[in-house]
Amino acid sequence: MLCQECNQRPAALHFTKIVNGEKTEVNLCEVCAQEKSEMLMFNGQSGFNFNNLLAGLLNIDPSFQKPSQSPFQQEEVLHCEHCSMTFPQFLKIGRFGCAHCYETFKDQLQPVLRRLHSGNWTHNGKIPKRIGGDLHLRKQIDDLKVSLQECISREEFEKAAKIRDEIRNLERKLAGNVGGGE
Amino acid sequence: MSLEHFLNQAVSSWMSEEGPDSDIVLSTRIRLARNFEQYKFPTLFSHEEAKKVITEMEQLLETSSLQKFGQMELLKIEEMQPLQKRVLVEKHLISPHLAEDSPYGAVLLTENEEVSIMINEEDHIRIQCLFPGLQLAEALHAANEIDDWLERHIQYAFDEKYGYLTSCPTNVGTGIRASVMMHLPGLVLTQQMNRIIPAINQLGHVVRGIYGEGSEALGNIFQISNQITLGKSEEDICRDLMGVVSQLISQERSAREALRKTSNIQLEDRVFRSLGVLTNSRIIESKEAARCLSDVRLGIDMGYIHQMSKSILNELMILTQPGFLQQYAGVQLRAHERDIRRATLIRERLKMESEKIIGEE
Repeated sequence: MLCQECNQRPAALHFTKIVNGEKTEVNLCEVCAQEKSEMLMFNGQSGFNFNNLLAGLLNIDPSFQKPSQSPFQQEEVLHCEHCSMTFPQFLKIGRFGCAHCYETFKDQLQPVLRRLHSGNWTHNGKIPKRIGGDLHLRKQIDDLKVSLQECISREEFEKAAKIRDEIRNLERKLAGNVGGGE
Repeated sequence: MSLEHFLNQAVSSWMSEEGPDSDIVLSTRIRLARNFEQYKFPTLFSHEEAKKVITEMEQLLETSSLQKFGQMELLKIEEMQPLQKRVLVEKHLISPHLAEDSPYGAVLLTENEEVSIMINEEDHIRIQCLFPGLQLAEALHAANEIDDWLERHIQYAFDEKYGYLTSCPTNVGTGIRASVMMHLPGLVLTQQMNRIIPAINQLGHVVRGIYGEGSEALGNIFQISNQITLGKSEEDICRDLMGVVSQLISQERSAREALRKTSNIQLEDRVFRSLGVLTNSRIIESKEAARCLSDVRLGIDMGYIHQMSKSILNELMILTQPGFLQQYAGVQLRAHERDIRRATLIRERLKMESEKIIGEE
């Protein structure tokens, strides 16, 4: 079989695509396949990347969101109320549908996060300023406690005492916030 | 278009300027992933939501600006020509994903192209800061400033426990990806790289080629970045990456010294052969060009070649990519035609270097 692009070289790549029952066949030689893939995707060297194609095919169409369950199936599939994503869907595409998915799937999520982030599953970084003051204070205290330990291990006790006072101050402030928070 | 004019337009500051440790580190990038709380993530959002995200960003630009970063311009993916998009990808200003699979995508660019904010890619917002040389702290600082500015106007999706919520759980928490682009010919020539890459992976870092995931390490250029985004602070993530990068820098330097001691003349020969190929060839494939450019850059760093700008590797690696070649030519080119154009562009660019020397003398 000859390549359908150049009609010169024998076709080396055969690709059949079936979309909604409509079948398209593509037969290309290596040279033309390379050319085509360069135009389609940005990796100039790796030629046809079937993984990319597959990932594209797995992408869930929005019309697919409402699972067409048979009325006889009793078992309720856990889904997000805001974007109607189900957990199996998430596993398939590896992306969440909206911010609420994190809450909806929290029970299933922990092992996933642990695996992805070497055992971590709680945030320890930046906090948006608009989020309530307490969270900032608590993070500040946690950070100070870490440096306190560092100072003690380096036997810099004067510095450590200062940090300890600062922590006490902040803790008092935190307690005050809770009391007068209403 | 003259080559000089084209270069002025095409070269962004991170490609031409020198930064700390720029004999080995070409560039530093910080990316922060953020999302609007009220809209579905780009995986599932509707046209209306996508448009609202863009409108909100446009309004934000009209009402407030960040003095420090200068004028910002918003470009919509749907209004761009394929070639234009490709050039932005080759310059690392937008991702292939934004260019190809994000119909409602847009990008905010500063004039010096140090900052780009991708809109409606995998997440609603991706802040990117690209600096020359090794400047992790500086890039993080800049990214944080932009984040603070956006945060004043946007209700981010944030959770006390999980941090910044992202479409993909691999980015949740800090949403940060810190990456450093390194030129490591010494470690490749002394065949140490195959041993080093698994070790870096074990430390929770990822090694990739110049064009990100799945791409080859063309021209001995490697991208090292963090994998974990949850449970560590942004500063710790950068510090850990910095630790790996400084190790690599010192190993690369000692590999270069070892090469100089054991095979000085062979190395010099290799450098000048590659320079010969670049200055004389009429047809050159991108792989060969990358290899020769890497050799020449090593030659400059090690003092075999004098009076040639170091930025030549950064610049020509990017400018000889298919998109740029076609933009320079002003027409679409087939692979074979690109190889001819590439050879011409490299020859012309190297000629500019030698003319510069004559001019100075």
